Amino acid sequence: MSIELADVENIAHLARLHLSDAEKQEAAKSMSNILGLIDQMQSVDTANVEPLAHAFDAVQRLREDVVTETDHRDELQEIAPETEDGLFLVPKVIE
Amino acid sequence: MIDSGLAQISRALADGKVSSTELTQDYLKRIATENGDLNAYITVCEELALSQAKAADERRSKGEAGAFTGIPIAHKDLFCTQGIRTSCGSRMLDNFIAPYNASVVERFNAAGAVTLGKTNMDEFAMGSSNETSFYGPVKNPWDRSRVPGGSSGGSAAAVAARLCAGATATDTGGSIRQPASFTNITGLKPTYGRISRWGMVAFASSLDQAGTMTQSAEDAALMLNVMAGLDTRDSTSSDVPVENYSATLDRPLDGLKIGIPVQHFSEGLEPAVEQAIRDAIAEYEKMGATVKEVSLDNSHLSVSAYYVIAPAEASANLSRYDGVRYGYRCANPVDLEDMYKRTRSEGFGAEVKRRIMVGTYALSAGYYDAYYIKAQKIRRLIKNDFQKAFGEVDVIMGPTSPHTAFPIGSKNDDPVKMYLEDIYTIAVNLAGLPGISVPAGMVNGLPVGLQIVGRDFAEAQLLNVAHKFQQITDWHTQAPGK
Repeated sequence: MSIELADVENIAHLARLHLSDAEKQEAAKSMSNILGLIDQMQSVDTANVEPLAHAFDAVQRLREDVVTETDHRDELQEIAPETEDGLFLVPKVIE
Repeated sequence: MIDSGLAQISRALADGKVSSTELTQDYLKRIATENGDLNAYITVCEELALSQAKAADERRSKGEAGAFTGIPIAHKDLFCTQGIRTSCGSRMLDNFIAPYNASVVERFNAAGAVTLGKTNMDEFAMGSSNETSFYGPVKNPWDRSRVPGGSSGGSAAAVAARLCAGATATDTGGSIRQPASFTNITGLKPTYGRISRWGMVAFASSLDQAGTMTQSAEDAALMLNVMAGLDTRDSTSSDVPVENYSATLDRPLDGLKIGIPVQHFSEGLEPAVEQAIRDAIAEYEKMGATVKEVSLDNSHLSVSAYYVIAPAEASANLSRYDGVRYGYRCANPVDLEDMYKRTRSEGFGAEVKRRIMVGTYALSAGYYDAYYIKAQKIRRLIKNDFQKAFGEVDVIMGPTSPHTAFPIGSKNDDPVKMYLEDIYTIAVNLAGLPGISVPAGMVNGLPVGLQIVGRDFAEAQLLNVAHKFQQITDWHTQAPGK
């Protein structure tokens, strides 16, 4: 399986990455190599195998529906790039 | 004293032969001399360390000290530390000061441990050589032209060069065991879920596991005693009861059944490394263990499956780095999309971007079944192989890595070459099992590690098996020349 430049551009957009032309060329080459490695999986017939998402068959633990968290807004916003009046600021989305 | 192992230091503190303040000052002095060249620490927290040491000494004088009170350690720089930068080896988090402590850090603080600093690592733990760090490569203390392994290369080098008594680390595909092997230390990756992931910067959540890097198995037991246990803030934290891992180290090994996977002694394994591993296994036979071959039929597919599953999980986990709430943000974004894209492109290094791309591709429409579901099916086959083997044997042994530490810069031309570094370790993460790498010999002056893999939650047995080997060999006591 080889990856073309158009594929790289599409994936980069989905991943919200901006790649330079040189980076795109490099990505096409290295991703093709990596997919070559990954494609070795196709050598095994897994038609009747159940996928394993997680090493253990654990079930989600539940807890009482009570408030356990306290307000940490100020500490959390102290490390944010830009805030105002308790809000995170981003470039204008709606004119 | 600071050349001694953690357990010896613990005893010396208990006997009043040394104070935590003295130890901490000595380590800080050595770090000041050595770290410039080794680059094992990203951040050294002198002020915090000295105040924790003072508190530990006071606690001891009141008769309230535990086994870990006053012991100076280092944390891999992906465990959140309140008030101290947690960079994860990335420009993205170069300015990130966590507002809280990771569960692991909380536990060590409560035990009275001293935090000397935060150790270098591959960016977001993605790498096998510590060369992808934003803060530059770490040097191997055994040969400074070589890598210490990765991703926990800083923790490994810091323990090997005696710049701390022990270090925390994480292992997603081999990131504790392979650097332990390359630097002649003992590296334990416990069972998935044994130690809380809360406050650990996430890479691949179904594989990430915290563990220990120390001089010996006895030292590792002391660290695990602090770290292991249920934490409801981590939804996959296990409630399997915790043992006293120091209590069973000396159990005799008569009748222990050791499995040798044929696939881990095949092509690609350096002959001198194979010889060292076979010699180590022969020592176990002298102690009354029996050895038989086992087969892990699908182990050759573990790297392939891992490089779908881990990048897929990483691409989802790392979507949180958007320049909005914390971490790096690009300058003068023109709109939201420009901010996301430039923040991520400027904040992440090449290997992280590569893995995000691979993961995004594997999860994208049209490829999900062929890659992601297929990889999960292979993951089941790999787990089944181990279950079958553990029906016949108690532990599985083999080399941690097919060779010794390689020169810095020698494997950077093709990512696949670097990915194959973890050929013997990755399957263990996919199956969620505990594994340990133990110093087992030298080839041309470079360390060789023996990997021992156990059943789910068999950490006490693994440490017992490793400790008995360290009672009759002295590989683990060897330190690099200054």
